[in-house]
Order: sequence, then C-alpha cells, then structure tokens
Amino acid sequence: MDAQAEAAYDGNALAGPLSEVFAVEVTTAVGRCRGCGTSSQLARLRVYGLEPGLVGRCPGCEEVLVRIARTPNDLWLDLSGMSALRIQMSELR
Amino acid sequence: MARAAVSGGLRVRRTWRPAVLVERRPETTSAATLVLDVPGWPGHLAGQHVDVRLTAPDGYQAARSYSLAAPADGERIEITVQAVPDGEVSSFLVGDAASGDSMEVRGPVGGWFVWKPENSGPVLLVAGGSGVVPLMAMIRSRDATGPGTDRAPFRLIYSVRGPADRIYDHELQRRVGEDSDLDVTLIYTRTAPAGAPRPTGRISIDDLVSYGWAAELEPTCYVCGPTGFVETVANLLIFLGHDPSKIKTERFGPSGP
Repeated sequence: MDAQAEAAYDGNALAGPLSEVFAVEVTTAVGRCRGCGTSSQLARLRVYGLEPGLVGRCPGCEEVLVRIARTPNDLWLDLSGMSALRIQMSELR
Repeated sequence: MARAAVSGGLRVRRTWRPAVLVERRPETTSAATLVLDVPGWPGHLAGQHVDVRLTAPDGYQAARSYSLAAPADGERIEITVQAVPDGEVSSFLVGDAASGDSMEVRGPVGGWFVWKPENSGPVLLVAGGSGVVPLMAMIRSRDATGPGTDRAPFRLIYSVRGPADRIYDHELQRRVGEDSDLDVTLIYTRTAPAGAPRPTGRISIDDLVSYGWAAELEPTCYVCGPTGFVETVANLLIFLGHDPSKIKTERFGPSGP
C-alpha cells in the first residue's frame, strides 16, 4: 500500500497479534524511530493492513517501525525500524 | 483472581479461548450488541478490545478486533458491532449470529486507550459513529464505581449521520437524566431530528468549545471513530491548547471496524 494513503488503523490494532507473543501489554510501550528519532507509543502508530499482515509506521516520518505477519505456524515480527523499545514496568502491577 | 482484576490482566499472554453467544441485541438497523460467555475471562478495563475469530465448516477462519462495550459481568462480555459493507465478519455477527453459536476470542487486548475508575479528573469523550462503543464502556464502568464516590465528570460529544444511527440512545438519555456529572451532546452530520439545537454538519471547533472542557481543566480526551474524524478532532483539540499527551485516539478503518 502507498505510504501516502490514509492509514486505516492505528497501533491499537497491533495489540491482539502482539499479545500472543509478549507477556506484557506492549502497545503502551514507547518505540523510537530509527529514521527520525520520534518516540511514540506503539498505540499511536499509523497501521496498514489487515492482510497480508500489519505494517506500523512512525507518526512523525512514515518510516516502517513494525511489520507483523502470521502464518499457520509462525508469527513474523520485524522491529528493525525501531532503535529502542521502552516498556514501562511501573504500569504492570 | 485479584491481581488480574486490578490490572485488567495486562500481564497475561493471550491465547484464543472458546466463547458462546448468549444474546444478540439490535442497537440500530446495522449495529448489534453481542453478549458472549467466555469461561476463564480475566476481566478488563474500559476501552480495551477483544479479537473475535470465526471458523467456517470448511476450516476457513477470519478474525476481527472489537471494542468491549461494558464492564465484564463475571465471565460475560459485551461487544457492539457495526456491520460494514462487504464485512464478512461484521455482517455475520450483526445479522446472522444466533444464541448458542460458538466462536473464539482473544483478549482483553490494548492498554493505551483505556480509562480507569480511579482517575477522577474530567473526561471528554468524542465519538464518530460506532466509535462510541469503547467510550460507552468508560461511561458504564464509571457508573460501576457507584454513587456517593467521587466520580469523574464526563462529557460525551457523539457524531452520527442521523437519529437512526444513534447507538445506546435510550440508555444515554436515561443516564444523563440520572447523573448531573454526565453531559451528552449529539452532532448530526446529515439529518437532525426536529427541534435539534444545532444545524447539521460535521463536528467543528465551536462544538468542542461549547460542549467539551476548557483546556485549562486538563481533561483527558478520548477520541474514537473513522480515521479522518479522529485526526480532525485531535488536531482541533491540540489547537485549543489541550496537552497532546492527554489526547488518546483510536481509529478504525475508513468505513468501520
């Protein structure tokens, strides 16, 4: 999909697929874009999908931060667009 | 399980669990509330959602994410689904699903677009169409904190095309009548009922000024609806001086979730 097209979803749509592999709710975590350095909660990403997979782009520069694809046996997770992911442990009581 | 009840189960890894439809209740001609019985449901926070997966007899599966519409009642949860054109899952759920049908759910999921009853500050809710669903969950869980407690004042601005598209209409009217700390304003974009105080039209900065909270009161703002609606409202709120970190948004596809 064209990066200029309006994103149909946001990072809230990543919560379900990521909940299968992360032991914590990860859409509240803050990812730093490797391209422009913007820090954003994953819930705020612009998300394209649903098929063939989910692509989450930086709200600052549209760089791809997250790609998730699910096959019958595997979940592919590409976080290479992020230079760091900060998970607030104090939230996890 | 006390810990899960407090946290909304934010720590637990999710897997698909079996669910059974107990009731399907029409809300409008194209939206319905589904009550599901989910053994082992860990509880949730207002604003969280749940993924629903249907399996056809030939094994074909389709999953979609829906906002939880109400606080959990034990192992019973409610979602409200808006049928979208050509939506294979939403059309089935709204029009064809029957009590006793089996499906699978995964959740609760999401932790950002949530409201917790211990937050006592003012809240502005802005809904476009079926974006009202997670906001209704917030209104309902605020109510569950019980009268006599220091409840957060809520204002809901709810944009719909016309009167026939209002979801939860009677319940909202009842709640406003009973609760001086809840205000609800309807924005009609195409057809307004007779006597409506506001002419039809899309939500504007005047609406947010007249029916929302002043930025100085530092309300938490929750905005949910189609992408264009959410971006417009979030930008207007920032222009009005609201702290961007207190504006929480959730958008669903161009035509619906």
